[in-house]
Amino acid sequence: MTDPIESPAVEAEAAAAEIERHDYDVVVIGAGGAGLRAAIEARLLGKRVAIISKSLFGKAHTVMAEGGCAASMGNVNPNDNWMVHYRDTMRGGKFLNNWRMAELHAKEAPDRVWELETYGALFDRTKDGKISQRNFGGHTYPRLAHVGDRTGLEMIRTLQQKVVSLQQDDFKATGDYESHIRVFHETTVTELFKTDGRIAGCFAYYRSTGKFVRFDAPAVVLATGGVGKSYQVTSNSWEYTGDGHALALRAGATLINMEFLQFHPTGMVWPPSVKGILVTESVRGDGGVLRNSEGKRFMFDYIPDVFKEQYATTEEEGDRWYTDADNNRRPPELLPRDEVARAINSEVKAGRGSPHGGVFLDIASRLSAEEIQKRLPSMYHQFKELADVDITKEPMEVGPTCHYVMGGVEVDPDTAMSLVPGLFAAGEVAGGMHGSNRLGGNSLSDLLVFGRRSGAGAAAYVDALVDVRPAVAEADVDEAVKRALLPFSSATEGGENPFVVQLELQKTMNDLVGIIRKADEMEQALKALQDLAVRTRTVTVEGHREFNPGWHLALDLRNMLLVSLCVAKAALERQESRGGHTRDDFPVMDADWRHVLLVLSALGEDNVELVRQEQVPMRPELLDLFELDELKKYYTGEEIGGHRADQGLDKGAKA
Amino acid sequence: MSHDQHFRVWRGDSDKGELVDYPVLVNEGEVVLDIIHRLQQTEAQDLAVRWNCKAGKCGSCSVEINGKPRLACMTRMSTFDEDEVITVTPLRTFPVIRDLVTDVSFNYTKAREVPSFAPPEGVAPGEYRMAQVDVERSQEFRKCIECYLCQNTCHVVRDHEENKENFAGPRYLMRIAELDMHPLDAADRKEAAQEEHGLGYCNITKCCTEVCPEHIKITDNALIPLKERVVDRKYDPLVWLGNKIGIGRKSAKS
Ligand SMILES: Cc1cc2nc3c(=O)[nH]c(=O)nc-3n(C[C@H](O)[C@H](O)[C@H](O)COP(=O)(O)OP(=O)(O)OC[C@H]3O[C@@H](n4cnc5c(N)ncnc54)[C@H](O)[C@@H]3O)c2cc1C
Ligand code: SF4
Ligand code: SF4
Ligand code: FES
Repeated sequence: MTDPIESPAVEAEAAAAEIERHDYDVVVIGAGGAGLRAAIEARLLGKRVAIISKSLFGKAHTVMAEGGCAASMGNVNPNDNWMVHYRDTMRGGKFLNNWRMAELHAKEAPDRVWELETYGALFDRTKDGKISQRNFGGHTYPRLAHVGDRTGLEMIRTLQQKVVSLQQDDFKATGDYESHIRVFHETTVTELFKTDGRIAGCFAYYRSTGKFVRFDAPAVVLATGGVGKSYQVTSNSWEYTGDGHALALRAGATLINMEFLQFHPTGMVWPPSVKGILVTESVRGDGGVLRNSEGKRFMFDYIPDVFKEQYATTEEEGDRWYTDADNNRRPPELLPRDEVARAINSEVKAGRGSPHGGVFLDIASRLSAEEIQKRLPSMYHQFKELADVDITKEPMEVGPTCHYVMGGVEVDPDTAMSLVPGLFAAGEVAGGMHGSNRLGGNSLSDLLVFGRRSGAGAAAYVDALVDVRPAVAEADVDEAVKRALLPFSSATEGGENPFVVQLELQKTMNDLVGIIRKADEMEQALKALQDLAVRTRTVTVEGHREFNPGWHLALDLRNMLLVSLCVAKAALERQESRGGHTRDDFPVMDADWRHVLLVLSALGEDNVELVRQEQVPMRPELLDLFELDELKKYYTGEEIGGHRADQGLDKGAKA
Repeated sequence: MSHDQHFRVWRGDSDKGELVDYPVLVNEGEVVLDIIHRLQQTEAQDLAVRWNCKAGKCGSCSVEINGKPRLACMTRMSTFDEDEVITVTPLRTFPVIRDLVTDVSFNYTKAREVPSFAPPEGVAPGEYRMAQVDVERSQEFRKCIECYLCQNTCHVVRDHEENKENFAGPRYLMRIAELDMHPLDAADRKEAAQEEHGLGYCNITKCCTEVCPEHIKITDNALIPLKERVVDRKYDPLVWLGNKIGIGRKSAKS
């Protein structure tokens, strides 16, 4: 057992001397969909790989994904193809997406899903035995491969089992299961090491023992997921403290799009202890409708101009769409998430909410009890057991919950490498793919496409290094030990309980940089964060280093703080409303902001710098996939000068 | 609506430990995990517990509540009387690391011993065709969230450390059944189930099924059919008995 420490310096030196050390070609931080797919790819390319995760192997956040994985396989509607998916993704993101990422994603998603079947995945089937696909908000055609409402579980289990199968192959070849892939679970990375400007490795502690461990490796893939735990009402778990975002910043990489957070329109609102837990969008995809306290399907009042042509204007048309999608427009309940979340917010504010401050989501009057239990088993289960509500008989009460961060590490679309040589990022921690708003189902496919690309990118990077691997500097290891032990040291004596500081941070972000934003509130938030920065640095913990949640949180807090600063700063800067960023004081979308990225970098432990950067213009042949009239809603006149629509080009490929 | 309740939580490590009494505040709608979290925020910052999703989806928060293996995030406080003492202890079958956290590596070891899905030869990705009725059997087993409550409960290992070596446990025997029933899996798994993974130890008591939070019919739908497929019925008289008294016969592919 480790006793509370008297002198952190002495302790740090002693600890550094006996630190466990491992050498790998590629270290993947994160065992969700993105991390596992990255590790599989790097291993298939012959690399020795470590996978590190905070939770147990198989429990990463991906396990919670419900609705499905978007890929234009065209199994249900043969009109679907990558171009339609690409257009939907760009529209959903309000054209702020990194178009190259959106292109790669749309093109490669089907292959990535089919590949999962060869790993043993069992998706729900169509009548002719193919992978079934379901409707989701913002997707023109039924596109989401799914397994009931537990698609994330299927995905993570499949990838987990593929990792195991590779380990079994390695065992046959080398007699050691872990000769090429080893999983270090319940292990938290707290620092990245750099030498001569390149990645040299990383530093972590075992959660169970509190012992430190270092990984020497020329390539690190961040696949750490999101940041939602900085908000009070969220669908995200304790893992979502923005570690990868913060690690990247501290290593000198940049973040983009941090002002864009997705508030999922339907989280549970009651009882208080489950507030924020997700109610899958499949409920609406399968026919569920939103009503206010007057029983009105209010979404018909909230169809924005840019979407007028694609959505039904009457309940009758909307209802017909479920059975005849080719001849009717979809109901407005399936608008992109930002639109639905804002609409719910407005209804509640106008006094037309449900008893516990949400609105009603009704599936009971739309499907038979049997069908509900078959299509939405885990929702049925969740409401029955957590809220005493039988969703086959009564409507659910739902309201917006912080769900997904569009912002993340700025990466090269093809290789997933950040600005720091040797540092890669994929999945929710990477930025760009989803622009200002992510479509449901586009994350699971994103994990597969860019997980694979980051693994390949890291492997290629390691190959190009030949044998000059950057060495970890011992002084950096000592520093890392010291920082990790700070909450135990006398320097923080009399400091606060990390749980208390966390609550306050969550409240600040929820109240002041939430779903609807105002300049004065965000300024107030930035001030509050300054104060919280000091308190974060001095939180103190009790007890020992063995599985100590107080200590774990104390270290996560500094990441939450840095990331919250990024969100608040970028949100204050962007003077328009777009996707997951809504300004009360600048309520409209402004074409002059579309091509501007807000790029953040770290200034020390708890300050960030923001600069504006121009987006790279879309390749002409991709621009041509859109009608000129649609582009005019998003682009400035100058920008679409290059569109070749009026030059009589063949656009036959369009669906 | 809140009330006070008496909690007793096991605190300790692999060497020693004891039940510690905590008076706690309980609010309407709360689950046991909420109470544990409240303890962390107030008087027991270093109380160790695993959790992730708080919605019964990840299988992290398995503990024993009043002696019953349960998910702490899905056990509502309203299912207890207000004056009942609630005792929360770690899973008994696995070694304690700290407080409510146990070392579940047994399960990962067993997982690795089950040969993986064997893809059919000559079927390209994208060409897999399977009927919904045929995938449903394996899909039931793939609902498993790996909470290990069944592994913790099965008497073959719960009180018999010595059996751990030769017995995969219900979760991983079910995994073998899942692969065996996969319409396109190319491997034959029946012999190994019996010979290497200890199917024979299972005497179909169904205790595993009773604790499964996913309500998977582990015994009826996975273990008994698997036993039936293990060619020689004489091998296992219990199957014969089970069939005689009408325990879960299921038609299965052979
Ligand atoms: C309830 C819910 C439902 C969803 N449904 C859908 C859906 O239907 N379709 C869809 O497309 N998307 C959905 N999403 C979004 C999607 O699930 C996530 O965006 C996606 O799973 C993120 O995957 P990831 O691989 O990036 O990270 P994760 O799966 O979150 O994995 C992150 C990993 O990083 C590890 N990690 C983090 N920090 C550290 C550290 N410091 N050291 C070591 N390891 C670390 C964690 O332990 C974990 O293993 C849903 C999200 C939620 C919350
Ligand atoms: S049915 Fe078999 S596996 Fe399940 S608890 Fe009984 S003996 Fe164990
Ligand atoms: S079969 Fe059920 S009890 Fe066993 S690990 Fe899976 S979910 Fe848990
Ligand atoms: S926390 Fe995920 S199952 Fe309980």
